[in-house]
Amino acid sequence: MKVLKLVYKNLLRHKLRTSLTILGIAVAVMAFGLLRTVVTAWYSGVEASAVNRLVTRHAVSFIFPLPIADEEQIAKIPGITGITHQTWFQGVYIDERNFFPRIAVDPEKIFQIYPEFLLMPEQLASFKKERNSCVVGAKIAKLYNLKLGDMMTIRGDIYPGNWEFVVRGIYQPKDKTTDATQMFFHYAYLDERMRQEAPSRAGQVGWYVMTIDNPNSAAVISAAVDGLFANSRAETKTETEKAFQQSFASLSGTIITSLKFISYVIIGIILLVLANTIVMTARERIREYAVLKVLGFTSLHISGLIFGESLLIAMIGGVIGIGLTFPVCRGFGEALSTFLPLFNVETSTVVLGLVFSMSVGVIAALYPAVKSVRTKIVDGLRQIG
Amino acid sequence: MNQPIVQIRNVTKNYQRDDFEIPVLQNLSIDVPEGEFLALMGPSGSGKTTLLNLIAGIDRPTSGSIVISGMDIATLGESALAKWRASHIGFIFQFYNLLPVLTAYENVELPLILTHLSKKEKREHVEAALNVVGLTDRMHHYPRQLSGGQEQRVAIARAVVTDPVLIVADEPTGDLDKKSADEILILLDRLNKEFKKTIVMVTHDPHAAARAHTIQHLDKGELS
Repeated sequence: MKVLKLVYKNLLRHKLRTSLTILGIAVAVMAFGLLRTVVTAWYSGVEASAVNRLVTRHAVSFIFPLPIADEEQIAKIPGITGITHQTWFQGVYIDERNFFPRIAVDPEKIFQIYPEFLLMPEQLASFKKERNSCVVGAKIAKLYNLKLGDMMTIRGDIYPGNWEFVVRGIYQPKDKTTDATQMFFHYAYLDERMRQEAPSRAGQVGWYVMTIDNPNSAAVISAAVDGLFANSRAETKTETEKAFQQSFASLSGTIITSLKFISYVIIGIILLVLANTIVMTARERIREYAVLKVLGFTSLHISGLIFGESLLIAMIGGVIGIGLTFPVCRGFGEALSTFLPLFNVETSTVVLGLVFSMSVGVIAALYPAVKSVRTKIVDGLRQIG
Repeated sequence: MNQPIVQIRNVTKNYQRDDFEIPVLQNLSIDVPEGEFLALMGPSGSGKTTLLNLIAGIDRPTSGSIVISGMDIATLGESALAKWRASHIGFIFQFYNLLPVLTAYENVELPLILTHLSKKEKREHVEAALNVVGLTDRMHHYPRQLSGGQEQRVAIARAVVTDPVLIVADEPTGDLDKKSADEILILLDRLNKEFKKTIVMVTHDPHAAARAHTIQHLDKGELS
């Protein structure tokens, strides 16, 4: 028999208590993993940003439009290798809960600027040809069972009225970091109708996306773009795509900060759950530890028994919790696939969950171990129960 | 007469309780020869158990020296004292103090965890110890599956499994019925006579003390 076996036997002494503690830790680690995944999913757009793309938006806010005439001027700036515009359309597809980005684009350029959206050449050709056609991401096509040739009717809100689209393309993501939940349609289709129904809104786009020849020139090019429109009616703010995505993500900064805070509170809860169990366990066994000391066990052995049991409980709970995180996140990700298209449990989350479990195992055992070691044998032997 | 295995010289032991210092043993000296079976008797609070704890190295004197087998144990550090206890002392408690999650075999094996014996050697030692106390047929039973007398026999097997030079027993029959108590006393007697173990036993029971070669009375911390 080894000391480890004694740790194992002690672990099974109060099966219900040990099981509930392990379950508590597992649920907490799972909740920690889920919250961390929500936070990383929220910032996934930022992480997936290309380093060679810049975004130009209205200097006040991206909700204010820019003149489409700016495109030609921006394209002339040295270092810019491509440019296109995008306009946030929004609208309601079937139900208000069915959220996914719906964007008016230039069909000639969108897939050049975003090579990570993979579209079959024949589908691209069809998309370009038909003014009321659209392309949807593979996830959206799967979610709403959309096939090529299907009609999509969207009820406009920013741009009122009913809008009919024909699905002519389904783009595939280049890799798992690419968002496959967007819908693109012809800006010309939107602009044409604006000219008829709301002429003051015609000829305006949401923002410009440019590719540049050298990511190191981003600051110089951004300054050049914004300099072009300084003191104009629509001053611009140009930034890297990452910064642009970051500004979107930071709109919900308080919620995200809260989620991060809660995830660390959960670690505190795990600590309390385990510390409670280990303190109770050690208190019940003060007499046994004294007996072991009489038999020749040193303080190191006694500490080893307490730390071993605490670590074992924490790590079993941690591993089960991490194991549960994957299916729970998968279900959560599927339910929110259009809001948070990239919902993957990251390796860092797994590592953090296990490291926290281990740390909690050590911290929870500190006080009872020190107390048990400091208790004199004669005092321990007098302990009842 | 045999050489003393236990030499206690001018030992004083005081306990601190809040602001009060309570004297338990006062300037006590005693020799226990090798092979002796000594019974310590006396009223409650006379210092019997304290003296036993000092001999076993599980408590330290306030002053004086305690030499066991030529080693002044009062000079040893905690870790060295623990190792010394593991190899020199076999302790028998009144309430057996077996670990409930371990079988009789595993309880007896406990002190051997600290040794460098091979698995085979450990098994031989444990089986021999259980054989001495007549419990080889119950080795895989847990303490809850044994009677009080059997539990104490397992505790005795645990005390002798490392072949210690000295066995100390604190009221070993205090929690047993007369029949079981007699069995334990016969066993201790056998350990003393057959296996030449030196035994120091604390007891209230004159019947138990009668088994010893020598009886010493303690009263108010002094030998009388």
